[in-house]
Amino acid sequence: MTSHGTGYASYVYAVCRPFDGEAVEGTVGVGGRPLHLVTEEDLTAVVSAVPLEEFDEEALKSRLEDLRLLEEMVRAHHGVVDTVARLAVTVPLRLATVYHGDERVRGVLRAHAETFEATLRELTGRVELGVKVYADAGTRSPVTEPSGGSLPGESRGRAYLRRRKEQRELRDDTWRRAAVLCERTDEVLSGLSHAREQHPPQNAALSEVPGENVMNHAYLVDQERVEDFLAAVRDLRSHAREGVRIEVSGPWVPYSFASPRSSEVGV
Amino acid sequence: MSEVGQIRPYGGSAPSNLVDVLERVLDKGIVIAGDIQINLLDIELLTVKLRLLVASVDKAKEMGIDWWEHDEALTSGTGRHRDEELAEENRRLRERIAALEENSGSVEKGSGKREPAGASRGGSRESKGEER
Repeated sequence: MTSHGTGYASYVYAVCRPFDGEAVEGTVGVGGRPLHLVTEEDLTAVVSAVPLEEFDEEALKSRLEDLRLLEEMVRAHHGVVDTVARLAVTVPLRLATVYHGDERVRGVLRAHAETFEATLRELTGRVELGVKVYADAGTRSPVTEPSGGSLPGESRGRAYLRRRKEQRELRDDTWRRAAVLCERTDEVLSGLSHAREQHPPQNAALSEVPGENVMNHAYLVDQERVEDFLAAVRDLRSHAREGVRIEVSGPWVPYSFASPRSSEVGV
Repeated sequence: MSEVGQIRPYGGSAPSNLVDVLERVLDKGIVIAGDIQINLLDIELLTVKLRLLVASVDKAKEMGIDWWEHDEALTSGTGRHRDEELAEENRRLRERIAALEENSGSVEKGSGKREPAGASRGGSRESKGEER
């Protein structure tokens, strides 16, 4: 069908320090494909040979636009990166980085050796921790007048307006508390980490988590400071006021810190 | 929800929140131009589309619009969830029917049209198996 015929392409998951390939022999990547390593000097790319007709531009595009296939691919990519990061320092590549064969991969390792080296140095011995702050005005219990009650001698209209005002104040209160918690959290956690990245807040419908995500940060933390970091989060959490909460995810392979600060690396 | 105590060294098979994974695998990670020029902007566009879709989901739900919940392409994730809910509901209904049959069994036994309650219940269970 396509002009590429029935060849294979090289899908690259990550670049890391060389390690024993036997350790990933049973691991499968995108489309259930096995992994192999492409090594050039002191850099190793973790690769799957994928059928071109499933990974050429058109196929990839439709694959990425099908949410089910996208999820499969994202999980597979993440799974490989996670596995490899346990074996060697790893720079995760963004999803769907595909080359015409392993020779090209070798060329990319050579061409970007400096960038990879710098990033590997930056990430060595460090992990990423995700920290989110949520505000949830709805979960606060003491709504003084539950449903439509009026104070003695109060008209229904007045009672309605009063309840609206109370609700508004409750919300304002929660936002204020959330703002305070965000500021405090970032201050404390930045002090315990090497770098920080801000992600856009997650939409509640997508994450299926209650409350409004008001802060979504990633911190690059030295491995030996992870315990301190988590203890600090526990402390922040125990002091969090009603209606606001703080959550941690990870440790992640440092995806959020894999790119050189705010710049893309092109060929 | 992720409790601090549940933190493990690199998630691995640990169930990570898909959105957390998506925002990293899709938006982060080192970007190097591949030979297959799947335009990375397209991927960004896709996440924007996802976000737009999802942002409007909130509003639409408030208005009682939920057509996408029946669109398989848009709800592959939650679809499975709904299947489980339906299966659970089916199971409850079957139990309820079984309970009702048991109660009415003593009444119907006399009619001669049905087998004794025990056998009848066994029978209906078999047919449930076939339905699946």
